[in-house]
Amino acid sequence: MKGRAIRIVYGKELRDSLRDRRTIISMIVVPVLVMPLLMFGIGAMMIKTVTKARQEIPRVMIIGAEPSSKVLASLNAAKSLQVIPATEDFTNQIVEKKVRAVVKLPPDFDAMLARGDATKVDIYEYAGEMKSGFAAENLNGFFRNLSDATVRERLASRGVPAEVLTPFTIQRQNVAPPAKVAGNALGGILPYFIIILCLTGAMYPALDLTAGEKERGTMETILCCPVGRTELVVGKFLMVLTASLGTVMLSIISMSGTFLIAKRAAAGTLPPEALKLAATIDVGGLVGVFLMLLPVAVMLSAGLLMVGLFSRSFREAQSYCGPLMLVAIIPTMIAMLPGVELNASYALVPLLNVGLVCKEMLAGTWHWHYIALIFGSACVYAAAALAAAVWMFHREEVLFRS
Amino acid sequence: MIETWQLTKVFCDRKRGEARAVDGINLRCEPGQIYGLLGANGAGKTTTLRLLATLLKPSSGTISVAGCDAVREPEKIRARIGFLSTGTALYGRLTARETVEYFGRLHAVGEALLQSRIRDVFARLAMSDFENRRCDKLSSGMKQKVSIARTLIHDPPVMIFDEPTLGLDVMTAHTIVQFIRECRQQGKTVIVSTHVMSEAEKLCDRIGIIDRGRLLVDGTLAELRAQSGQTDLEEIFVRVVEGQP
Repeated sequence: MKGRAIRIVYGKELRDSLRDRRTIISMIVVPVLVMPLLMFGIGAMMIKTVTKARQEIPRVMIIGAEPSSKVLASLNAAKSLQVIPATEDFTNQIVEKKVRAVVKLPPDFDAMLARGDATKVDIYEYAGEMKSGFAAENLNGFFRNLSDATVRERLASRGVPAEVLTPFTIQRQNVAPPAKVAGNALGGILPYFIIILCLTGAMYPALDLTAGEKERGTMETILCCPVGRTELVVGKFLMVLTASLGTVMLSIISMSGTFLIAKRAAAGTLPPEALKLAATIDVGGLVGVFLMLLPVAVMLSAGLLMVGLFSRSFREAQSYCGPLMLVAIIPTMIAMLPGVELNASYALVPLLNVGLVCKEMLAGTWHWHYIALIFGSACVYAAAALAAAVWMFHREEVLFRS
Repeated sequence: MIETWQLTKVFCDRKRGEARAVDGINLRCEPGQIYGLLGANGAGKTTTLRLLATLLKPSSGTISVAGCDAVREPEKIRARIGFLSTGTALYGRLTARETVEYFGRLHAVGEALLQSRIRDVFARLAMSDFENRRCDKLSSGMKQKVSIARTLIHDPPVMIFDEPTLGLDVMTAHTIVQFIRECRQQGKTVIVSTHVMSEAEKLCDRIGIIDRGRLLVDGTLAELRAQSGQTDLEEIFVRVVEGQP
């Protein structure tokens, strides 16, 4: 293999790709601008919507209560609820979102409470609808307080202290260092995110440099040069890998910047634990994740190159990429599932192994024997994929497939 | 010099079975000579030329181009040929100069020699006005000039043209024909495939008629006329392909 020829091919492919609007969009514009904007925008919109829904005083209906009921008077007086006159078709009213929740009380609710009889309160809501859920929560809170107050009154009337209800308190204590908490939270999602970025960054250049060249007729031009096909395919592969890793790096930098801005903007609206998360991620774990994902990027780049080489046209190659994305995403998604842990058999499953070991590394657990096994196997898979791409580039029925 | 002996190319297709695209071709083209390969669409012209350019490997038979064997020394052959066809397109996002530089570097032309050849070729083909324009912004005539410059930049002794004027306007086709003639004058070995009889008649020193992968006749235009008793090349071609005496 001649390094000079590879350098010339790589240099030309890099220059050519950087002049291509579509590569610039997929490699730079999407990760640097669109993704943070989307994530930040969606996050900001979600926070705004939830905050607005929380601040809204829900319209509720009280069914079955006597007009003179003390409970009805208390509900009418509650600032967190807007009680409207009851109607027969209250369920329809909830479905049509005219009323967010309805409480059904027994007709003699006050008297039953006074007598100490057991009774029941029904709260009607539209499950899954956020504003209805908040209204039901408010009503639930109101009646829980009423229930507690009634219990305390009854105990007091019998001369029993209220503390009898709570003989002891329970408090869960965390022994995991903050880095591990953050690692566990991000361990699953980060490798998944990086693998998707590796694929999306590599996809367009991989197809353009193979199927695209066949379609445009430049493949035959380049094959007429006194350069080995191995050098040609390695030069093209390095360009695809550059695009893949470039997309990942730019995305990470851009997302980190966006996160810091979002953190400042969201201070006060998010729980402090969530804001502490990013600050406590283990840097060693992050470096480990990137090193682990390097052979994965090689494997995916070579895989996409093969898809492009096999295809007659860019459009045909694109149609193969959908299933390929699924094949790559499913093992990574399995690695994200809670309870799926690293073991000897998973350690040899491509992508799943890397996803699982990255989760462990970010959580601060370093199983060195597994790390060595997984890195080694990932390198073997990457080398096999690259060798297969080189082999395909030597097959004339693939290059001149029509 | 180009020489083939019993050159055969068989493509295997799962649906259609074996297809003999080139079937036992023997041809010889000397330096300073233009050899015209005439055939209808699908006759095997492009496959033959791709075999000569080492883009495809022969199933059997031998190819010698500029003294090199196609199976053992394909890279040496590619270093000694200039291949131009309608299928050999240009990189649209590179400028004319960048394109020629790229191919010059791939042919291992030294940097000083490369720049001097670019100056010469660009002057000869009147390309200086558009040398820094991207190829996708050039007219078809300008693109053909860039393609010619690409094939000339390493000064190859052998030139292979596959349907070089197909789909081109009269002026651009004329430039190409002139260029092919210049190659002959410079003593290069030239092989051209075409199905335009008038072009072959004007241009070629020797003509081979190919049909269904087989070289049916081979000779100078005078020899073909004498053999067939016809003067018109189109008539000769039809008679040969239809198997008439």
